[in-house]
Amino acid sequence: MQFSKVTGEKKHHKVVLYALSTCVWCKMTKQYLKDSGIEYDYIDVDLCNDEDKQKIRQEIQSKGGSLSYPTTIVDDKVVITGFRKDKLKEVLEI
Amino acid sequence: MTPITIEQVRKRAEADAQTFGYYLTPDPDLLQGLLDGLKVNEERYGYPSCPCRLASGNFDYDRDIICPCDYRDPDVAEFGACYCRLYVNKDIYEGKTPLPTVPERRPVEKQSRAFGPAAPPSEAKPAAAAEEKDEHIQIGPKLWYCKQCGYVVFREEPPYICPICKAKREMFAEIKTRTDFLG
Repeated sequence: MQFSKVTGEKKHHKVVLYALSTCVWCKMTKQYLKDSGIEYDYIDVDLCNDEDKQKIRQEIQSKGGSLSYPTTIVDDKVVITGFRKDKLKEVLEI
Repeated sequence: MTPITIEQVRKRAEADAQTFGYYLTPDPDLLQGLLDGLKVNEERYGYPSCPCRLASGNFDYDRDIICPCDYRDPDVAEFGACYCRLYVNKDIYEGKTPLPTVPERRPVEKQSRAFGPAAPPSEAKPAAAAEEKDEHIQIGPKLWYCKQCGYVVFREEPPYICPICKAKREMFAEIKTRTDFLG
């Protein structure tokens, strides 16, 4: 599974973003994290092969997330569904 | 297939909004992003599935999320906007109400089908293939009719709102069909 890394000066949280390449709210989340200087990894699920999609589904559901995009998982435990600036701000201390 | 232009995607959405009394999202950047996503999906799958949902590429599995999706009418009625927020009501369009967050109404079983295998399964997954086949039979399409206007539809579940007379889902009943073999 090929995640893309976006570098940033704030690295104290592990941030993983599951996104869709076609989704405008996912793009806004990527941009917001980038502009806030947060380092994160993301993957565009719609561009993955079936095997990877299955793994991603298991991963998101095992963390208690729903299968909506964008899904941001912080430090392997906090799941944020949708582009929720308020929640991202709070969890990532932006 | 003739390539679709962004203008065609926009015109189609505008016409649909007008027909149903909705508006397109007032934020120009958001609107552009949504139309771009619809265009990509139409080119990729052959139909404009929701840009904010994962499509399977299998038309039968994605039928409910082809824009305008099955969930638009109940979402606009309840939240003022559809899931991706392409379609909004008048108050949001005029800026009287802020753009809401709209939770996903699509059942998780339907979402799960997009996570493969959409293509013919490989020999390594015979069990998964059998499972998928069973699931398909269980939730196969049925005939439903609107008790208010008589509209008939062939799909897994009745629509949330009748597209003809706007009756609610409760007004739909299944048409039981029987095939007799007379000799």
